[in-house]
Amino acid sequence: MINIGVLALQGAVREHVKALQAPDVNVIVVKKVEQLDEIDGLVFPGGESTTMRRLINLYGFYEPLKEFATKGNPIFGTCAGAILMATEIVGQTEPHLSIMDMTVERNAFGRQRESFEALLSMEGVGEDVEGVFIRAPIIETVGPGVKILSSYDGDIVAAQQGPFLACSFHPELTDDDRMHQYFVKIVREQQAIEA
Amino acid sequence: MERQVGTDRVKRGMAEMQKGGVIMDVVNAEQAKIAEEAGAVAVMALERVPSDIRAAGGVARMADPSIVEEVQNAVSIPVMAKARIGHIVEARVLEALGVDYIDESEVLTPADEVFHLNKRDYTVPFVCGARDLGEASRRIGEGASMLRTKGEPGTGNIVEAVRHQRLMQAQVNKVVGMAEDELMTEAKNLGAPYEVLLDIKRNGRLPVVNFAAGGIATPADAALMMQLGSDGVFVGSGIFKSENPAKFAKAIVEATTHYEDFALIAELSKNLGPAMKGIEISSIEEKDRMQERGW
Repeated sequence: MINIGVLALQGAVREHVKALQAPDVNVIVVKKVEQLDEIDGLVFPGGESTTMRRLINLYGFYEPLKEFATKGNPIFGTCAGAILMATEIVGQTEPHLSIMDMTVERNAFGRQRESFEALLSMEGVGEDVEGVFIRAPIIETVGPGVKILSSYDGDIVAAQQGPFLACSFHPELTDDDRMHQYFVKIVREQQAIEA
Repeated sequence: MERQVGTDRVKRGMAEMQKGGVIMDVVNAEQAKIAEEAGAVAVMALERVPSDIRAAGGVARMADPSIVEEVQNAVSIPVMAKARIGHIVEARVLEALGVDYIDESEVLTPADEVFHLNKRDYTVPFVCGARDLGEASRRIGEGASMLRTKGEPGTGNIVEAVRHQRLMQAQVNKVVGMAEDELMTEAKNLGAPYEVLLDIKRNGRLPVVNFAAGGIATPADAALMMQLGSDGVFVGSGIFKSENPAKFAKAIVEATTHYEDFALIAELSKNLGPAMKGIEISSIEEKDRMQERGW
């Protein structure tokens, strides 16, 4: 069995729990720092990144999450979760957790009325992935070690750097769990390496 | 594929991202910044908070667009605003301003005594108040992407929000437990669209998120509403009518996240200063109760 956590400070947690289901996966809703010791991989859900960041600080998650990433544990961030992972955020002096070598721009498509759905082609996942973009960020640039998995209209919307996976849309809001199962595969592979 | 805007998934998904959070009423940029700093997931831009609307009397309308813009420019979290029930043009104006969510709200004086907005017509998503599953289902039928209890706004008295949330949960549970051949009669009795009840029965829950609103005045009130199964809370007059809004706002956010950590809520509740005074519901005449607005 592998244990995958979903950081549950705020946002769409239940949907991720559902999408991560697999026979060898135990999903844990993470609300306390100690729970990080029990898990092999972690999902940062969509929500409000500013709110999540304040709660991360408030509950002493900041250093433990950095350490979790430094150890090479897989992390998957969607939308606000991807913003938390970036090394740089356009218009902000400081990033949040600085886990993945990429620059993101918040609300890059505009306000809620500009939020949209579109089909995406994603390397290793599928040619027809449903992308639900809600006040979504884009990944403006990525560092040398980062692989671009998907672009839409010229903007990067999904990327991977070793065990770290980020996308600017919400796969958890669809019935298509391929992106989550792609992450589960990353966690399995990481476990195999460690074993 | 072309991009599709304003789909159900995009509109309902926006509310899903707010879950576990607090949405705060604000009347200017300064309050909006305090709310964002405290960890609010969104702000509701208003001309007056509900308790002031109640005190002022007269006709309550959509806020001055300059207030909405001031708030939009002050924060990066989503900005909501209220339109009068059935007021097609106020809703279109707010949509044109680019607000992220419109509350078709009983806090304002209704513009139409028969019809609510056809919310499916809009790209912007709507939240609506409901006291029971009949109202909730009619609003979903009209295209609401998010619900909230009506409670009794501007009173600082939680009792009506509790009543509405408990009733809604009980009615949802009843529908989920019913046989499908019983649903049409239940739809008739509730005045609910059959398809909405069928959706609830098949998925075991409401198809949209349901927040608590109307009378939340303390961190313990917010945690209570979460215990009763709310997806998040709206706090109106409670925060900026208190003595130390910044501290109060932070305490409400924390109590909402950790609604089962009672030792923490005890800590948060210390020395907050007096909460808003509050109004006993029976002292408000039925015609003056905002929850009676909407149909």
